[in-house]
Amino acid sequence: MQYQAVQTLEEAVESLSRAGGEHLPLAGGTDLLAQRRAGRIDPKGVVDLKRIPELAEIVLDDDGYRVGAAVSGAELGEHPTLGQDWPGVVEAAQLIGSTQIQGRASMGGNLCNASPAADSVPALIAAGALCSLVGPSGRRELPVEEIILGPGQTCLAPGEIVAHFRLPRPGPRAGDAYLRLIPRTEMDIAVVGAGVSLELDADGLCTGCRVGLGAVAPTPLRLDEAQAILVGRRVEGSVLDDLAAAASAAAQPIDDMRATAEYRVRVVGVMAKRAAQIAATRAGG
Amino acid sequence: MASEQPQQGGIRLKVRVNGEQHESVVDPRMNLADYLREELRLTATHVGCEHGVCGICNVLVDGQTVRSCLMLAVQVDGKEVLTVEGLAEGGKLHPIQEAFIEEHGLQCGFCTGGFMMAICELFDRNPSPSEEEIKEVVGGQICRCTGYNAILRSVQNAAAKMGASRS
Repeated sequence: MQYQAVQTLEEAVESLSRAGGEHLPLAGGTDLLAQRRAGRIDPKGVVDLKRIPELAEIVLDDDGYRVGAAVSGAELGEHPTLGQDWPGVVEAAQLIGSTQIQGRASMGGNLCNASPAADSVPALIAAGALCSLVGPSGRRELPVEEIILGPGQTCLAPGEIVAHFRLPRPGPRAGDAYLRLIPRTEMDIAVVGAGVSLELDADGLCTGCRVGLGAVAPTPLRLDEAQAILVGRRVEGSVLDDLAAAASAAAQPIDDMRATAEYRVRVVGVMAKRAAQIAATRAGG
Repeated sequence: MASEQPQQGGIRLKVRVNGEQHESVVDPRMNLADYLREELRLTATHVGCEHGVCGICNVLVDGQTVRSCLMLAVQVDGKEVLTVEGLAEGGKLHPIQEAFIEEHGLQCGFCTGGFMMAICELFDRNPSPSEEEIKEVVGGQICRCTGYNAILRSVQNAAAKMGASRS
């Protein structure tokens, strides 16, 4: 196996393209090296992306945040304002693995590993995050929910990598939250997860919302019905029950060692409802 | 320069481990745990699950806990690594080590090094962590003997020892 630590995006794209899919991009390595050890992948080389400035930094400007795809969970948590503006995104990224995994693991890696149960993905979908992709044919921007096509599969072209995520500056009465259910608090994989982001007006009525669901379908889902249920209403009572019912209806989970499909359908509704309550409280509702 | 490949795909690596500078030529596929154990013969870093779950192979890289089975040795080029061997100073055990002995924070001892390194980083960030904060950090490692209560007491004891030595 070859190892190359590149300093620029151009070098990374050039190197990955030249290898024609036989070399893999390496960010935190917490999935890649574990899968290689288990014999599920056998790359001829890895291209270490951690030294590319755009992938390693968090920039705040007038348009909002540009969060480098290889920024670790620990670095997300240390940022002075990101956790105040997007607490749900940061708490989701910090649920990946454990504190000791957080020193390495990144949201770009979590997304490109393309697990249906990836914790940061429903939160990013809820936040309306855009992915800036760079590949041999240049740069393009896609919503996070369009990246994962199925378990372990993404829409990325050969040689293309996620450079950063773009998160808008939240409005004055906005909040987000992510909740997941697992039997153990560290080092486990989500049974279900739900991310909610919403905005309220001065009267506490919802003016916009987005909901992402994890571990209940082959890919993380965006719950489009949430808009019609929440907008124009207070985030309470039967509105929350309607949201829970819509989340359960959208879920198409499987039975596995962690839970039955029936259980997941029920619990994803509960998680969506509770995440919406937390998001509304954070929004000042 | 990690991308320099001197012989048969080997990569030159310069790293400071427990304060001592090392220079090696390593196979790029070698993980950090194997490098520490097999090249440097620092065998206090134990290897458990080998896919990042159990936390027994934790070491500190530039002060941050990492699973040494989930990092390639070449990735620590130019960095500072601390292993269990680097905890004791001048033949005197580190307060974390003393606390594990006093509180029986281990039975078989196989996982203990991984816990101690994670706790070492916790104290760097927060010298007097709450029970909740300790549990979050301790929960990232798997111990199959103690049931964790003795480990929790060990961490609290170590925090007290280290607090006393500072004041």
